[in-house]
Amino acid sequence: MSFVVEKLMGGKKGLTGFIILATLILVIFPVFLDSFRLNLVGKYLTYAFAAVSLVLLWGYGGILSLGQGIFFGLGGYGMAMFLKLEASSPENTTIQSTPGIPDFMDWNQITELPWFWVPFSSFTFTILAILVLPALFAYIIGAAMFKRRVGGVYFAIITQVIAVILTVLIVGQQGLTGGINGITDLRTLNGWDITSDNAKNIFYFVNCFLLLGVIVVSHYILNSKFGRILLAVQDKEDRVRFSGYDVANFKIFAFCFAAMISAIGGAMFTLQVGFMSPSFVGIVPSIEMVIFAAVGGRMSLIGAVYGTLLINFGKTIFSESFPELWLFLIGGLFITVVMLFPNGLAGLWNNHGHRITNRLRFMSKRYSKVAPLAVPRKLDDASE
Amino acid sequence: MDAYTSSELVSIFAMQGFAGVSLFSVLLLMALGLAIIFGQMGVINMAHGEFMAVGAYTTYFMATLTETYLPTLMPYYFVFAIVVAFFVSGALGYIAEFALIRHLYKRPLDTLLATWGLSLIMQQSFRSLFGAREVSPSLPDWLLGSYQPTDTIDIPLNGMFVLALTAAVTAAVYYLMYRSAWGLCVRATTQNRLMSGAVGINTKKIDRYTFALGCGIAGIAGAAFTTIASTGPTTGTLYIVDTFMVVVFGGAASLFGTIASAFSIAQAQSILEFFISGSMAKVYTLLALVLILMFKPEGLFASKIRR
Repeated sequence: MSFVVEKLMGGKKGLTGFIILATLILVIFPVFLDSFRLNLVGKYLTYAFAAVSLVLLWGYGGILSLGQGIFFGLGGYGMAMFLKLEASSPENTTIQSTPGIPDFMDWNQITELPWFWVPFSSFTFTILAILVLPALFAYIIGAAMFKRRVGGVYFAIITQVIAVILTVLIVGQQGLTGGINGITDLRTLNGWDITSDNAKNIFYFVNCFLLLGVIVVSHYILNSKFGRILLAVQDKEDRVRFSGYDVANFKIFAFCFAAMISAIGGAMFTLQVGFMSPSFVGIVPSIEMVIFAAVGGRMSLIGAVYGTLLINFGKTIFSESFPELWLFLIGGLFITVVMLFPNGLAGLWNNHGHRITNRLRFMSKRYSKVAPLAVPRKLDDASE
Repeated sequence: MDAYTSSELVSIFAMQGFAGVSLFSVLLLMALGLAIIFGQMGVINMAHGEFMAVGAYTTYFMATLTETYLPTLMPYYFVFAIVVAFFVSGALGYIAEFALIRHLYKRPLDTLLATWGLSLIMQQSFRSLFGAREVSPSLPDWLLGSYQPTDTIDIPLNGMFVLALTAAVTAAVYYLMYRSAWGLCVRATTQNRLMSGAVGINTKKIDRYTFALGCGIAGIAGAAFTTIASTGPTTGTLYIVDTFMVVVFGGAASLFGTIASAFSIAQAQSILEFFISGSMAKVYTLLALVLILMFKPEGLFASKIRR
């Protein structure tokens, strides 16, 4: 039991936070939200994967990746390719000039399935590809950059450029990728209709369990020696290097793991929403993912989930009623968070939340002096 | 290639070459401001594209104003518009530095995020003020049309104008940064802030004016762009990555590096565009840049500044 509490949940407080989050997404949302809204929350939760990955990578590792959209997109496209191939079986596509290939290929006068599409007709391969390919891609980028000690700002800019390259490639190669519209009209998963409300609800719960699982694994990793070294690298990279650690390898691992988490989110996005398009790959979604993590608290895995939910709820509500205000609000919020609350919602809770809990304890007559549970890290020194 | 006669080939070569030179001047003009802000100050200004858009919208505003009230001055307004664009963008940059950037100098990655927030706010301001549709000012006659040295060669005048403007701005930046007392203060502050302060340089003031200068140059770039393309609320985001690539590839804090990198990127892209589609040309160019930067992270011309 103590293993579970200490290593997997990040202490008693982490356990409480985890249980509250699990109750919220597994019980409260399904009970109080209608099917449409629940599906929407499901979509937001898929973004939360990327936000959680950024907490690990940016909050703890100090590596700001502006390219999590790349991996989100790779995962999403992997799943979408499988579903699209299933949707374009020869029986379904008899009206095309070449039956058996996705409709957008037929529109672009492609007569044969491109080679990189072929293995995605296997479900096992697709699942493996979703988990392995983004991590492999991240390994190549990470190894090339971190081994040469490229970091910080340059890493951020280069990941951003890679996101642009991928977007331009997807949009430009319409015949191979579906272009700007993305891969749409996905119907079944191994013969099971994924467009029904029932299927969407099931995906919602799969999504929740995967997200909670990812948080548990991330907690474990961050509480291990690896996590402490990662944090040390962020604070004083040279000292860690002088102590005999190969800093690059730690960074590469963090980047690969973050890529894998984001890719799971992307794959779940395709299942939950039913399509994938380049607008979830480029710069804007990638930076939005950073916003989620920043607002939730860059040092808090659970905070990242709340940040994602809050921003997306806000986006939905505001773009329904005051679309012109939304960008002002999100821009302003972002500046405020970065300048005044660098630890986001989680930081606010750690600084002021104990007053609330103290009062609760006082009311239940078990009042005891409670020290602040976590001291927000001073960010001013982190850059050098 | 058999279909072309030799004179046609010369014409194609000349025009294609000029297209590359034209792209070069555009990239360089965009990157000059950022080379100062990012290269000298180390601030990742994601709102740089929006400062360009401010310049473009200022030009549009001036054009509309002149057209309505002083139609006789139409041929001359553009020159004034460039100057006004410089000062409007510069003033906004001054305010942004004062309100935002100066609190974040020790947290470069956070500047990136804060300026992204700023860029969102600016985009929405453009949309509220000028509408979501793309606009373009009515240009004076001397910017329209083209110069035809022979029957088959067609060199657009607006491209030549941007080229000349870029040359002038580059020369001005060179003088200001490397030949003036003020530039010496800027470079001293970059190299050693504490010592600069100790010898009596007001480093905070230098920061503010350097940032304002970078934004002002972005404004000039924006004004020049109105001769080539129309301006929309999200125009800035289209350019920001290219601009950063030029500066990073050239090696931060090196004016010559910025020029060389803008030139090589522009030539690579326009030559590739002749053979393959525009989007693939861009993919290959960016890919080559990323690969080169992986092997040579400090860029073409490394700065001598300690990081």
